Amino acid sequence: MSYEVIGISVLWFFLYGYLIVASVDFGAGFFAYYARLTKKDHLINQLISRYLSPVWEVTNVFFVFFFVGLVGFFPDMAYYFGQSLLVPGSIAIVLLAIRGSFYAFENYGSKDNSLYMFLYGATGLLIPASLSTAMTISEGGYIEETANGVQLLYGRLLTSPYSWSVVFLAIVSVLYISSMFLTYYAHRAGDKPALDIVKKYALFWSSPTIIASLTTFIALSQQNYDHFQRAMELWWVFGISVGFFMIALFLVYQGKYYGWAFIAVMLQFFVAFFGYGASHLPYLLRPYVTISSAVTNESMAIALIIVFIAGIFLLIPSLILLMRMFLFDADYVKGKK
Amino acid sequence: MFEFDTVTVSRSLTAMTLLFHAIFATLGVGVPVLVSIAEFIGIKKKDPHYTLLARRWTRGYTITVAVGVVTGTAIGLQLSLIWPSFMQIAGNVIALPLFMETFAFFFEAIFLGIYLYTWDRFKNPIYHWFLSIPVVIGGTLSAFFITTVNSFMNTPQGFELEDGRFTSVDPLAAMFNPATPTKVFHVISSSYLTAAAVLAGIAAFIILVKKGSLYHKKALKLTVMATFLFAILTAVAGDLSAKFLAEYQPEKLAAGEWHFESEEGADLVVFGTLNEDNEVENAIRIPNALSFLAYGDFNAEVEGLNETPEEERPPLWIHYMFDFMVSIGFYTLGISFLFLVFWKMKKWNEFNKWLLWGIALTGPLTMLAIEFGWIYAEVGRQPWILRGFMTVAEGATTSPYVFEMFVLFAVVYLVLGIGCLLTLRKIFKGRPAELELEHRYPQTAAASKEDDA
Repeated sequence: MSYEVIGISVLWFFLYGYLIVASVDFGAGFFAYYARLTKKDHLINQLISRYLSPVWEVTNVFFVFFFVGLVGFFPDMAYYFGQSLLVPGSIAIVLLAIRGSFYAFENYGSKDNSLYMFLYGATGLLIPASLSTAMTISEGGYIEETANGVQLLYGRLLTSPYSWSVVFLAIVSVLYISSMFLTYYAHRAGDKPALDIVKKYALFWSSPTIIASLTTFIALSQQNYDHFQRAMELWWVFGISVGFFMIALFLVYQGKYYGWAFIAVMLQFFVAFFGYGASHLPYLLRPYVTISSAVTNESMAIALIIVFIAGIFLLIPSLILLMRMFLFDADYVKGKK
Repeated sequence: MFEFDTVTVSRSLTAMTLLFHAIFATLGVGVPVLVSIAEFIGIKKKDPHYTLLARRWTRGYTITVAVGVVTGTAIGLQLSLIWPSFMQIAGNVIALPLFMETFAFFFEAIFLGIYLYTWDRFKNPIYHWFLSIPVVIGGTLSAFFITTVNSFMNTPQGFELEDGRFTSVDPLAAMFNPATPTKVFHVISSSYLTAAAVLAGIAAFIILVKKGSLYHKKALKLTVMATFLFAILTAVAGDLSAKFLAEYQPEKLAAGEWHFESEEGADLVVFGTLNEDNEVENAIRIPNALSFLAYGDFNAEVEGLNETPEEERPPLWIHYMFDFMVSIGFYTLGISFLFLVFWKMKKWNEFNKWLLWGIALTGPLTMLAIEFGWIYAEVGRQPWILRGFMTVAEGATTSPYVFEMFVLFAVVYLVLGIGCLLTLRKIFKGRPAELELEHRYPQTAAASKEDDA
């Protein structure tokens, strides 16, 4: 395999990791706020906070890892994305900054502050919306190369059906993934009242996810027919993804094997995400940057891959330790520790 | 005068982010060291005062670390958003430590999460202390990696430039460039120093204003001792940094010292002003001291700023940044030493009012010194973003919206700063240490009350 393929696969894998853990976190913030509005917070917020407290910082690192790695493996992306994403990127930073710090302020300082809760809930939906802009512009047609450098065409971005369908897909996916996870976690904690609520959320947000995916495909065919066709060639990949979706839905509906249901959700997104990624190649940013045009020099690529492998050996055991202590420690989950 | 051109605004936005982030990053690197020391002493001496100290510091630390994480994410992204052309070429050579920094940060984040929530989960408290080690290592390694990137901007190497493209890249040579050893040493030692001084300042302040208890006196002794040791280390690191500058980046040292003509036995100019002809007035001159600072030899020749082409000279006001930084460093070293002398001399009272005020001041002062030091380091590299290869003007974005982003971030940092202070106040105001001691360790609390009486 060539360096660029290894590089993009590693990065894509981390972005997938971020998609899952961040969705759980973003959606949980929204559900916590929503439960408060509907006066059900006493039932589920304890559960949400027990999960989120030890892991929020880790979530953020997945994202940092992705963009630092992207600049490392494909330095040209720093130029094209940096130059065009100044405004949407800054908005995303601001939202992430508000979310991260106010989470800490609320959690360790003033408990149950309504404003903090609202900020936490709202940013949970706005961050995926703003980050999805990067995905949107990578399809091409939203930036132009002028004498004054690359510039983003804001008008075109804001009036494009494709861009809005991606935003919609990002938000509903977040709510779907998160409620599916919370269903599993509530079951694990043996918390029946909480389980009843989050299970309802999960079932509610399942069909919009599939609808949004279809709409995005249709909009993609308008925006970038070439990419759409390549995605169609991989129709079976997306078919498998829908299969996992059906399994997850069926299990939750039946009310058993919630753990397997969440694994099916993870596989549903894994398959679709890699299908999307594979059909996107060789372009990173159409039509300016391909993985082979942007890839860094050989010695840097080798160094990054070595560090990556060494890092994995350090991180996997640490992550397992973290998960054993908080996610899979039955007593902790049940609130006894 | 101030113009709203893109490059100036880009620089201002980056400066604002860095200056704000530096506060939290410095504490983020330094405080875990102090926490780990206190927890260890608590276990060894079986003295819950120290354990409580570690617990309370950690509680405050989580708030500052949260702001540090989000502003660190901000600067990480802003590097690409505001300096896209710089990152495009630098990414080819210096991406390695940036990448490693995320691993160090990841490692620290995981163990900090575990450390925070497992105080009472182990039968033997030493296991909990073990968890502090990866947090200390992760924080210090983060500082190490990111400082190598900054070093690279000052003394780039590990590549060849052919037709505007970097070839024969050697990532390790780029990372371990000539600036790396002294800069890393200086950044890490000064972070430890500042964290110790800030915590000492808080303890001194509480003893002054609220009388304080045995708990606060133990805290003060521990932190002042740490301040003194780290101040010595920082002074050594600063001295080595000056020697590095003299050899590899003479224009930065010359601008910082207002040293214009190359000469042997050069004087050190302390403070002072410049007249219209760029002549130094009202300054304290220490004979031959600059030569000694630069080469460890009172008669060595030190290169003057006039050797550098005029358009490649950094601005001269950085002289004050250097002098403020060094003055604060020596003040902190002196006052902490004085406290230790008073402490060891049985007849003298180390808790006398003036000495305590002097210690209390070191908290804010050392943090200012960190900021002055970074301003000196960054402005002293001007006009370069990558010394000798790319100027800041060439590296900056050409997007027309930088000013709006500057305003946006200014508001955000203001909100974060206020939120952070309010939260810290809320955490500690309702729960004084004495109450918590009584609550958690009733026996120790009773014993220390007798001591106080």
